[in-house]
Amino acid sequence: MKKLMLGNEAVARGLYEAGVKIVSSYPGTPSTEITEIAATYDDIYCEWAPNEKVAAEVAFGASLRGARSACAMKHVGLNVAADPLFTLSYTGVNGGLVMIVADDPAMHSSQNEQDSRHYAIGAKVPMLEPADSMEAKEYVKEAYRISEAFDTPVLLRMCTRIAHSQSMVECAERVEKEIGDYEKNAQKFIMVPANAKKRHPFVEERMQKLTEYAEHSFVNRVEMGGNEIGIICSGTCYQYVKEVFGDSVSVLKLGMVNPLPVTAIKDFAASVEQLYVIEELDGIIENHVKSLGIDCIGKEKFSPIGEFSQATIREAFGKEMPAFVTADSAIPVRPPVMCAGCPHRGLFYTLSKNKITTLGDIGCYTLGSAAPLFAIDSTLCMGASVSGIHGFNKVGGKETEKRTVCVIGDSTFMHSGMTGLVNIAYNSTNSTVIILDNSITGMTGHQQNPTTGYNIKGDPAAAVNLEDLVRAIGIKRVRVVDPYNLKECEDVILEEIATEEPSVIISRRPCVLLKYVKANPPVKVNKDKCVGCKMCLKIGCPAVSYKDGKAVIDTSLCVGCEVCMQMCKVGAIEKGEV
Amino acid sequence: METVNVMIVGVGGQGSLLASKLLGKLLTNEGYDVKVSEVHGMSQRGGSVVTYVRYGDKVYSPIVTEGEADFIVSFEKIEAARYANCLKKDGKIIVNLQSIDPMPVIIGDAAYPETVLDELKAKGLFVDGINAYELASQAGNGKSTNIVLMGRMAKYLDISYDKWIQAIKDSVKPQFVDVNVKAFEMGYNY
Repeated sequence: MKKLMLGNEAVARGLYEAGVKIVSSYPGTPSTEITEIAATYDDIYCEWAPNEKVAAEVAFGASLRGARSACAMKHVGLNVAADPLFTLSYTGVNGGLVMIVADDPAMHSSQNEQDSRHYAIGAKVPMLEPADSMEAKEYVKEAYRISEAFDTPVLLRMCTRIAHSQSMVECAERVEKEIGDYEKNAQKFIMVPANAKKRHPFVEERMQKLTEYAEHSFVNRVEMGGNEIGIICSGTCYQYVKEVFGDSVSVLKLGMVNPLPVTAIKDFAASVEQLYVIEELDGIIENHVKSLGIDCIGKEKFSPIGEFSQATIREAFGKEMPAFVTADSAIPVRPPVMCAGCPHRGLFYTLSKNKITTLGDIGCYTLGSAAPLFAIDSTLCMGASVSGIHGFNKVGGKETEKRTVCVIGDSTFMHSGMTGLVNIAYNSTNSTVIILDNSITGMTGHQQNPTTGYNIKGDPAAAVNLEDLVRAIGIKRVRVVDPYNLKECEDVILEEIATEEPSVIISRRPCVLLKYVKANPPVKVNKDKCVGCKMCLKIGCPAVSYKDGKAVIDTSLCVGCEVCMQMCKVGAIEKGEV
Repeated sequence: METVNVMIVGVGGQGSLLASKLLGKLLTNEGYDVKVSEVHGMSQRGGSVVTYVRYGDKVYSPIVTEGEADFIVSFEKIEAARYANCLKKDGKIIVNLQSIDPMPVIIGDAAYPETVLDELKAKGLFVDGINAYELASQAGNGKSTNIVLMGRMAKYLDISYDKWIQAIKDSVKPQFVDVNVKAFEMGYNY
């Protein structure tokens, strides 16, 4: 039966149908639903690992033992998992191993728009790229065939518009793949120089064989539509090209983006008068085509920045653009904001008010950088706040230490904040690290993590005790604050930054969107008392606004956190009635 | 048939994912090729969000660009205006007449353009305003604003009332069927 499926759901379905036994991942938009949905199949063991490197190595171990295994991550997650990937290329696999990586052109929810195809080229492993949900499912299964036939890990590249678009999928039954035998094979799996030297030629040979595969595989196909214009494309660009041209131009649609075929491209180029390469982000296919001595139009017409659409194609080919009108009034932007009642708000207000330099990290709390709080000084990558503050303080000295903190979420701390904290303790700076413990991985939509006490299925699991952990690392000063309590927050932060010793402040309160968190009744504005001073607007709560000289509470949003109440100097905001 | 393009726009958290789920279910039941493109992640946190739904004999691109939308269903007033450039000249805007101040307005950096829908009408756009939040509250739950708006759009589509009701039953949990059917009727009969 045909079913409308999200690209990520289709990948999960592909894992199920391929007989995959184990999936280990760390959440990251736009890849998260792959593992969440895979976990709904009882035949697949799924888990949230602390980070992508761990996840990829779990997949390696499972493959070594003989099972089909997978891990899924966003593009920057592959940076974290790059270490196992590059040597996995040498060892190859026992059971099939597929790593799914989701790029985010236009950075809908990311800190950069790196092109993960470079990893496939660098690690010398095959990479498939589907153009819709049905292909996503089928390519997963093909990826396992390739993995086992060519003894290689396989990358499956998704992008936001494929991962988060629904299209029709025809489901099939699961084909069980029994766990194979494990036999020690030192030369293949112990990558010491003597063995690795023998494996490298295997990798080069494998790439040649994979190129041969690419020449004939069903994943690369030609759709002829005249001899005038020929377009080479893959993934989402294929859809935009077809949207604009239908069958009126010839298309070489590449489902395998590494290695790229040679003969197939030469033949296609020879069959058309003008060759175009249309690809989002970097000109990887274009460079390959040009390296074959074939002339083509690529990045001079199609930007390496952002994502494309049918409009991009229309414009580049000088086609008529649809007419439209716009409003004359300026439409104020609507950036994402911390939710009403978000526990991070009170803490960020305290940092902002005291003009404390704050190295930030990756998560919902990155929103503390926005107006009106402007509470964050840097955001680089997962864990960089904790490692970064050490470097910042080392060169800044005592005066810097006394006005600097870093903030990192509970899940991000587990991911890669811990090692930075070890460095602070070991190499000694008087850094103040604030762990924003909201008891969930928030930004990606509520995934459990090693601190929450639950696993991916929602079953009870061992929980990391953050206080014990940071003490074991060697931090003697550990404080816990409730971020809804502004005075407590301020007192503790000022005390800890002044102390000439490394310290950790755990700002603890569960995410207000968690189902078990009960909202309080909305607070009320006493109009007689309100003097219209706008102090309550300084915390940037979407539930508090200002109309006709008075503060107004949006009762549909307010959860009664009472942070605005503490802001009010005249007592005009009052507790709601139960 | 020509592909029909629908955009569902609003503020993160207003329930556009359920609206697109319902529409997707309905249109697949009708036998169309359908693509739905959603937004997950950062912009869901109270930001401006847009979902694209496209259906027809064969749909390629999952997104809708300038001058292509047959319908823009907006959960909020200025969000309708923000995406008005995507509307076809003879397209229709169906908008919940609710104002939700974005952060620049809350903190006094910008004004909320109250008359923006009238501007769009003056330029010849078809704008159908409806107090969907109030109607949803009357139906029993303000969260069904999305379904009230779907009910309103159903007026303009050539798909029978019964099929919409069936799609609602297929898309929501059993305990929410009644309130959502009522919300749908509120929009449909408005």
